[in-house]
Amino acid sequence: MSTKTKDLLVKPILENNPVILQILGICSALAVTSSVKVSLVMAIGLTLVSAFSNFFVSLVRNFLPNSVRIIAQMIIISALVIVVDQVLKAVAYDISKQLSVFVGLIITNCIVMGRTEAFALKNPPIPSFMDGIGHGLGYSALLIVIATFREIFGAGKWFGIQILPTVSEGGWYVPNGLLLLPPSAFFIIGIIIWGMRTWKKNQVEKADFKIAPNSTTTQEIA
Amino acid sequence: MEQLLGLFVRSIFIENMALAFFLGMCSFMAMSKKINAAIGLGIAVIVVQTLTVPANNLILTYLLKEDALAWAGVTGVDLTFLSFISFIGVIAAIVQIMEIVMDKYMPALYNALGVFLPLITVNCVIMAGSLFMVERDYHFVESVVYGVGSGTGWAIAIVVLASIKEKMKYSDVPEGLRGLGITFITVGLMSLGFMSFGGISL
Repeated sequence: MSTKTKDLLVKPILENNPVILQILGICSALAVTSSVKVSLVMAIGLTLVSAFSNFFVSLVRNFLPNSVRIIAQMIIISALVIVVDQVLKAVAYDISKQLSVFVGLIITNCIVMGRTEAFALKNPPIPSFMDGIGHGLGYSALLIVIATFREIFGAGKWFGIQILPTVSEGGWYVPNGLLLLPPSAFFIIGIIIWGMRTWKKNQVEKADFKIAPNSTTTQEIA
Repeated sequence: MEQLLGLFVRSIFIENMALAFFLGMCSFMAMSKKINAAIGLGIAVIVVQTLTVPANNLILTYLLKEDALAWAGVTGVDLTFLSFISFIGVIAAIVQIMEIVMDKYMPALYNALGVFLPLITVNCVIMAGSLFMVERDYHFVESVVYGVGSGTGWAIAIVVLASIKEKMKYSDVPEGLRGLGITFITVGLMSLGFMSFGGISL
């Protein structure tokens, strides 16, 4: 594997994570993460759609008039999402019911659209495919981390297997119900971003304002 | 009537698109820096949502559902698998038409909202409105109410967030949390507040 391919695959996971840094695809990252299993299915779906839509858009990029490119990308993406949705309904009906509208929302997931627009339109098919997989993996990694945290501490389970025995089943762990509710997902992502940016200082955003130093210091007043 | 009113209130507060279902987060986070921009985007979402949900409802009932084409003499055809692609097509088309009509007849409004319209095509709130409409089997009148309600709920949420962020300009946020991080935590707290509506049964 050449360094370039590796860069395309690995960079989006830590250095340039689509969710944390590029603010893309947050909607579903928050909504499906109350259980690991569902998040995993969602992550696989998104990675596949992102990779193949990048591939196909890149294939037709030289024949695509600029004025209709958005709608053409939309059609490619939604065709792929329909495939994913139909397969899910046929193979894993329960999970597809739990994901409800979120499979359909892969169409409007900004990661997919953002990558076809920013990368696939300017690059050949194979690197585009890799870029799609890379961004899909970046998204998947974050999704799994959040879901793991929420499921273990919210329900005492991981992947449906009991890890922390809960009180209701005769164990000692009192599950924290808040973690299964929507607000916790926001807090967890916020904290992950904090951690990431403390670790990798170059991701810190510039402040819009700076508080000017006080014109009179406390000593002067005293 | 009472039931429709209930649906309206529920779609604004209890099932708030942004704070309970995390939809439209990308523009929610990105456009909430200034109150004016937030109000503009909010109004645009309400308008587009009010048009697209009922339009998609009609398309679903008269074209896509099983045996829906009976009025044209075609039976035994189930086109529901085409719903995603036709919904997104309808949304893109309606947004485009709105842009053209507004540009021609309401230039003032176009200047205020014009920049937000293209953003809306890929806003998940709009698509989700239509998908929830399918999942919950709303009939036409309900879909109109749901469209207005869910749009309004999202608009309220983004305006409130923009106001909070404007107040927070001068607060001393830890370096790593600056910008996106603190926004997430703020939205989390807002969402916690909105959860209190969950106890209302309608």
